[in-house]
Amino acid sequence: MAKTTSRVKPKNVKKTLLQLLRYLGRHKISLFLITIFVCISAASGIIGTYLLKAVVNDFIIPGDIPGLINMIFIMGIIYAAGVLTCYLYNKIMIRTSQQVVSEIRSDLFQHTQKLPLNYFDTHTHGELMSHFTNDVDTISEALNNSFTLLIQSFITSIGTIIMLLVLSWQLSIIVIIFLALMLLYIRRNGKLSKKYFEAQQKNLGAINGYVEEMVAGQKVEKIFNHEEQDYRKFCELNENLREASTKAFTYTGKTVPTIVALSYINYALSACIGGLFALAGLTDIGTLASYLVYVRQSAMPMNQFTIQINFLMVALASAEKIFAMMEEEHEIDKGKITLSKVRKEADGTISESDVYTGEFAWKVPKGMEGYTYVPLRGDVRFHDVIFGYTKEHTILNGINLYAKPGQKIAFVGSTGAGKTTIINLINRFYEITGGQITYDGIDIREIKKADLRRSISLIIQDTHLFTGTIADNIRYGRLQASDEDIVKAAKLANAHSFIKRLPNGYDTLLESDGANLSQGQRQLLAIARAAISQPPVLVMDEATSSIDTRTEKLIEKGMDTLMENRTVFVIAHRLSTVRNSKAILVLENGKVIERGDHEELLTQKGLYYRLYTGQFELD
Amino acid sequence: MKKFLAYVKDYKKEMILAIICIEAETAFELIIPMIMADIIDVGIANEDRSFILLKGLQMVVCAVISLFLGNLCARFTAICGNGIGASIRAAEFQKMQTYSFSNTDKFSTPSLVTRLTSDVTTIQNSITNGIRPGFRSPVMLLVAIYLSFKINGALAVVFLIASPILGIVLFFIVKNVRPLYTKMQGAVDYVNRIIQENLAAIRVVKAYVREDYEITKFEEVNQNLKNNSEKAFSLAVLNMPAFQFVMYGTILSILWFGGNLVIIGNMKVGSLTSFLSYVLQVLNSLMMFSNVFLLFTRSLTSWKRITEVLEEEPTITDDLAKEIEIKSGSISFEHVFFKYKETAQEYVLSDISFDIKPGQTIGIIGPTGSAKSTLVQLIPRLYEATSGNISIDGHPIYEFTQKHLRDSIAMVLQKNTLFSGTVRENLLWGKEDATMEEIERACRIACVDEFIDRLDNGYDTELGQGGVNVSGGQKQRLCIARAILKAPKVLILDDSTSAVDTATEAKIKEGLAKELPGMTKIIVAQRITSIMDADQILILDDGKINAVGTHKTLLKDNEIYQDIYYSQQQGGNL
Repeated sequence: MAKTTSRVKPKNVKKTLLQLLRYLGRHKISLFLITIFVCISAASGIIGTYLLKAVVNDFIIPGDIPGLINMIFIMGIIYAAGVLTCYLYNKIMIRTSQQVVSEIRSDLFQHTQKLPLNYFDTHTHGELMSHFTNDVDTISEALNNSFTLLIQSFITSIGTIIMLLVLSWQLSIIVIIFLALMLLYIRRNGKLSKKYFEAQQKNLGAINGYVEEMVAGQKVEKIFNHEEQDYRKFCELNENLREASTKAFTYTGKTVPTIVALSYINYALSACIGGLFALAGLTDIGTLASYLVYVRQSAMPMNQFTIQINFLMVALASAEKIFAMMEEEHEIDKGKITLSKVRKEADGTISESDVYTGEFAWKVPKGMEGYTYVPLRGDVRFHDVIFGYTKEHTILNGINLYAKPGQKIAFVGSTGAGKTTIINLINRFYEITGGQITYDGIDIREIKKADLRRSISLIIQDTHLFTGTIADNIRYGRLQASDEDIVKAAKLANAHSFIKRLPNGYDTLLESDGANLSQGQRQLLAIARAAISQPPVLVMDEATSSIDTRTEKLIEKGMDTLMENRTVFVIAHRLSTVRNSKAILVLENGKVIERGDHEELLTQKGLYYRLYTGQFELD
Repeated sequence: MKKFLAYVKDYKKEMILAIICIEAETAFELIIPMIMADIIDVGIANEDRSFILLKGLQMVVCAVISLFLGNLCARFTAICGNGIGASIRAAEFQKMQTYSFSNTDKFSTPSLVTRLTSDVTTIQNSITNGIRPGFRSPVMLLVAIYLSFKINGALAVVFLIASPILGIVLFFIVKNVRPLYTKMQGAVDYVNRIIQENLAAIRVVKAYVREDYEITKFEEVNQNLKNNSEKAFSLAVLNMPAFQFVMYGTILSILWFGGNLVIIGNMKVGSLTSFLSYVLQVLNSLMMFSNVFLLFTRSLTSWKRITEVLEEEPTITDDLAKEIEIKSGSISFEHVFFKYKETAQEYVLSDISFDIKPGQTIGIIGPTGSAKSTLVQLIPRLYEATSGNISIDGHPIYEFTQKHLRDSIAMVLQKNTLFSGTVRENLLWGKEDATMEEIERACRIACVDEFIDRLDNGYDTELGQGGVNVSGGQKQRLCIARAILKAPKVLILDDSTSAVDTATEAKIKEGLAKELPGMTKIIVAQRITSIMDADQILILDDGKINAVGTHKTLLKDNEIYQDIYYSQQQGGNL
């Protein structure tokens, strides 16, 4: 299967090869055995062919039957060794290569989990997916076949050339010239087809994107009766792809017949000149016969070698992309302070607890050993925080804000005002460039990231559901949660009544991101997921945007009980969602421009007032 | 398979030419070793220099002709393979467009995309790479067997033993490897799904500190894939040693029997060597053929996935359509029930009945999950009612063609989709040949004119995929303008002004009432202010109609409506 035989050149062959070899290096014994077996297998082929000459010249022509039997027996053993080793190296190679590929895949996935969000923002899902699929596949194919074929064809090529030289060095000159010609041809053709393969890849990408967009927008297509126009557009892209790939395949398709034909010309010349040599007494018929067999054989390993080198280069280019991703910096996490479930005794002392008590404390290492406990209260403060997603463009310019423990704090403002950014920073999804954020008086950089995040439940607007049952999706918030806990959380989120009506209730299987659930229902599930995690701090980023106001009120009541005396951050577009917050912060251009409760802000007659009276639209 | 041949038909000419070239090329290649035998047996034996040179020249000419034919064949094969691939892709796309959503849901979006792209590529590659060896090797095989019989019939019996052995082994491999490949493909799907979901939900994963959980999940499917692919590939590579085994065995037998024949004097040395080379050719052909077979085995899995797409029957058809047109735009629902899946126990919508007169405005309101969106999507037949009757102008909606029905109804969805392209291109979805005046008028009604000048290039501003360059409120207004351009009899707005401020929303409603008075309007909303002046308001609860009335009557009698009203009164603007 000529998978993009174009020469996709890796930038740093040596480095990538070394990295790949490090993976292979974990299987030293297997590799050693493979190399040995490949050598034996290749050698048995060469020696076998070499012995053909001896059989014809020394035994058949003189009519030495016992010698012939002897010789065939020896050859049988040699061939048997060849078959056996061929079987063995193939078997070991597949095992090793699949093991290596699964290790690479696993390392890549593990690494992906530790990458900062910044990385996901700057790379499309399609791009990251293709590392896992296309790139890993290419490596797999190459390791499965190319590695052994490369060694084998190399040994066979060298062996054949040596044999030819031994048999007749004069005649070998012809072969060597032709081999050089073939190499030149393959290189030139590879370069030419590369151009067309690049065009093909580009067109394939365009058609992929178009199909994806159209499948996703199917409803709109139908509503506007746009099928015909879309089909026309598709046909246009399809035709471009067809033209490009036809050209690319024409070029690669020419390689094999051309090489074959060249090798026949080579064969013809060798036979012709060899015949003349034989007449001149420079060589005997047996030698000539086996020489010609070698000549016919010489083209195949050469061709094979070039093709495999091409495959290997493509695989290395893929490996390079994978290793580059693995070299991306992890999220920074130097924090040492952890979060503990604690019990508060009557006398005010704090002790760690194994069960959920509703009380949490920060466990701060003190000196060489021992800890002090700082109760978790949910006091979040921003001190002159500066931040931008890119270096050129800062979003927050020295923002100062505070959230008092146990309060419900709301952020209001236009798209781009920095609401979501603030939330992202509390969670340390991104690193601030200046200033400081404290959590119960502790710099959040001192807190271990996992524990920081465990202390905050985040609900975002776009609900992502996983393949699995409804119950599984809610349980994602707390893996040990019992079935009763799940029902309780669902009731709290007002999701219970709709779940009950699903075909299999809580055991209904959700597929393709819960496509059949309405936007609002998905959000209810996300709220249930957050509720079950029993969070000390809750953050809701447009978490109820698709839920009707009445249901929202019901949820609010439930959440208020759950989050009593705990800090809740709310971002909402809808002012009814934020109205009863203790403090409403109106943001604009990365600055807090108004702060107060609903009544206070209305009397200020500022931006909030204009929003509330419908004079202004939030973008 | 019959279906597949239908696609081949369009490229019959190229296919035939390709095959002719292959066979001719093969013939010339076969002649070459025969000429070679002459050099040794006749030329050298008779010490005839000019004969040797002549034969050499003949060989070169043959090689050059086969080079030419081989290159031609590469061209025809590429045209054929890629052409067939393109036809299959186009057929799939066209078929996909006839799908209803229950059809689409069956496959899921990522799977449909794969079936239209990489599965077709697999087939295309196997045609392009498989034709040559596929048509070459059987001829090679037959000719070589024939010629070797001609050289020495007794010796050629070796083939009759070797070929079946090899055939049986290859058959065994191919037969067993097929289910293994299918299994492997399934394992690949699992792995991809886990990665895809993980990437999409990376914020959720990080927020809940579930990295380790995700890794465990991944390890499981990863191991599964490793085991499955190891099994499949291990079996497939048996091909190589099996081939070698038979080839070597044959060589040895021929040396033994052939050697004896030469010694007795029944055979020439040259014949033995050319016989040997035919043997290699036969076995090589078998090997190549088996490779093609393995290649096809893999693409069969893809072809199966493609036929599933092609053979899927669209659940919504025009079978009962007549030549009638929608004139006034009155709508009635009679005892309509609906569920997404046949197997679901509960209906999503139950016993829905109501009537809308032409030109009326209807508001639909109700709690989350009360199936408001589902209800309005039944009108343009995006989904088909499970039972009951929906009619427009007194005719059941299935009596209109889908094209006419959807031309007459404009709908703005809750989840708006704008496509990559300029603002103008997106608006023209509503009416392909709309004039600038028509566009401007629609934009005026939808209050798009308020911000269009502020975009970088006005109507020619490029929108990214999904319309990422405009804000939520702007997107909704663009979608409304796009719908108005259709000049529909019925306009359905499904929660499509939620991000627009109330002042602008009022302006849009006013514009609609003034400029398009005859149009029936159905407005699904969460805000009372969006629907309070509608002619009729429908309250949906739990997929049933809770009440029908006007703002006044509902506010007086209906508990749900009162609840919604007061929950928003306190909040004022939403």
